[in-house]
Amino acid sequence: MIEVKNLHKNFGDLKVLKGISTYVKEQEVVVVIGPSGSGKSTFLRCLNLLEEPTSGEIIIDGVNLLDRDTDINKVRQKLGMVFQRFNLFPHMTALENICLAPMKVKGLSKEEAQEIARSLLKKVGLSDKEDYLPDQLSGGQQQRVAIARALAMQPKIMLFDEPTSALDPEMVGEVLAVMKDLAKEGMTMVVVTHEMGFAKEVGDRVIFMDEGVILEEGTPQELFNNPKHPRAQSFLSKIL
Amino acid sequence: MLEYYAKHLSAVFPSLLKGAVLTVQVTALSEMFGIIIGMFTGMGKLSKNKIIRVICSAYVDLIRGTPLLVQVFLIYFGLPNLILQITGNRFPIDPFVAAIWACSINSGAYVAEIFRSGIQSIEKGQMEAARSLGMNKAQAMRYVILPQAIRRIIPPLGNEFIALMKDTSILSAIGLEELVRKGQLYTSSTFASFPVYTGVMFVYLVMTMVVSRFVTYMERRLKVVDRG
Repeated sequence: MIEVKNLHKNFGDLKVLKGISTYVKEQEVVVVIGPSGSGKSTFLRCLNLLEEPTSGEIIIDGVNLLDRDTDINKVRQKLGMVFQRFNLFPHMTALENICLAPMKVKGLSKEEAQEIARSLLKKVGLSDKEDYLPDQLSGGQQQRVAIARALAMQPKIMLFDEPTSALDPEMVGEVLAVMKDLAKEGMTMVVVTHEMGFAKEVGDRVIFMDEGVILEEGTPQELFNNPKHPRAQSFLSKIL
Repeated sequence: MLEYYAKHLSAVFPSLLKGAVLTVQVTALSEMFGIIIGMFTGMGKLSKNKIIRVICSAYVDLIRGTPLLVQVFLIYFGLPNLILQITGNRFPIDPFVAAIWACSINSGAYVAEIFRSGIQSIEKGQMEAARSLGMNKAQAMRYVILPQAIRRIIPPLGNEFIALMKDTSILSAIGLEELVRKGQLYTSSTFASFPVYTGVMFVYLVMTMVVSRFVTYMERRLKVVDRG
């Protein structure tokens, strides 16, 4: 589903990604962990070209992202993204937030879009909040609307960039629950997170990154119970 | 003195009101065109394309760096002169048309800066969220960025409208019978400068206060929270 080969990303002189190669299979949930500044968010943002890679190859669903002829807007429709800071559109209600892209990008009618939006709001447990503005919702509710908004484009893959890091602790659970449901339904997911519990429970594979490279990857059991790389060992000993 | 004042003020007032109507027309039309010009120029200054960026910046610098009076003269006197020299045909411009051209182009440059800063004030994540949903740049601008930016730039746009309304007094120099020109015409035959110009001032003040109240009202109505 996703194939990444020797991905490099520089910000000026700063080398953030130094040769990442990995893959994500269909229906797989891959969790990316690592210390701050390890490049995990940059890696995720390269997958839908919110960051332009310096070099390397990214192939998503058979399409080479860095090919000049690739229409990135088409590829992005297959990739839903959920941000740390939610990034809901503050001038629109929850329902309008979800309906916007299906209407303007896919050309659905308002009725069709609203039907999808309502079923998604129901799925994330916010049916009663469709007319609320983002500001009137709690952080956890906003993030659930943001997940629904991404799902409304019916993506094949969902990217999560630290989706619970900006939440109050008591709201983390409701967002993780929605993500667990998604994983159970067979959604292909790449999740950057510090929630090790989620990684253990839901992750099929865990990638440990530090200083722009993948130091170790494996099943949650392998990585959490028996990390091989010393840096993974010290990181996990601090965090678990 | 009081009698003198009252006599001339009441005599000139109907004429001043007529002038004020023209002032409002020129300001409103120019501001409307100015907003259209300024919106595209403001976005142009943020374009990825260097040529577009340079053209838009040059326009803003040229207009903001030269007096409105000279711009008005250039269009009202200079343009017909240029056309006469090139084509040999007379090309008189109506003062009203010249006024709209000059004020729209002038206002556009100031509005461009307002739009640019308004667009830049929207959090980067908004554009990213829109793009991540598959919207192209134009769609993201139109549906996500501009609606938020416009709410934020209403106060500076209101200021710009008030500034332009006062600046249109310069148009008296090309004989456009707006508020100041009406006053001048009356004084030239009566020499009653004091009553006339206090009257002119009063009319401007009323108009600018109405506009600023309206802006405050709009601001309150469109108030949205920036982000969650």
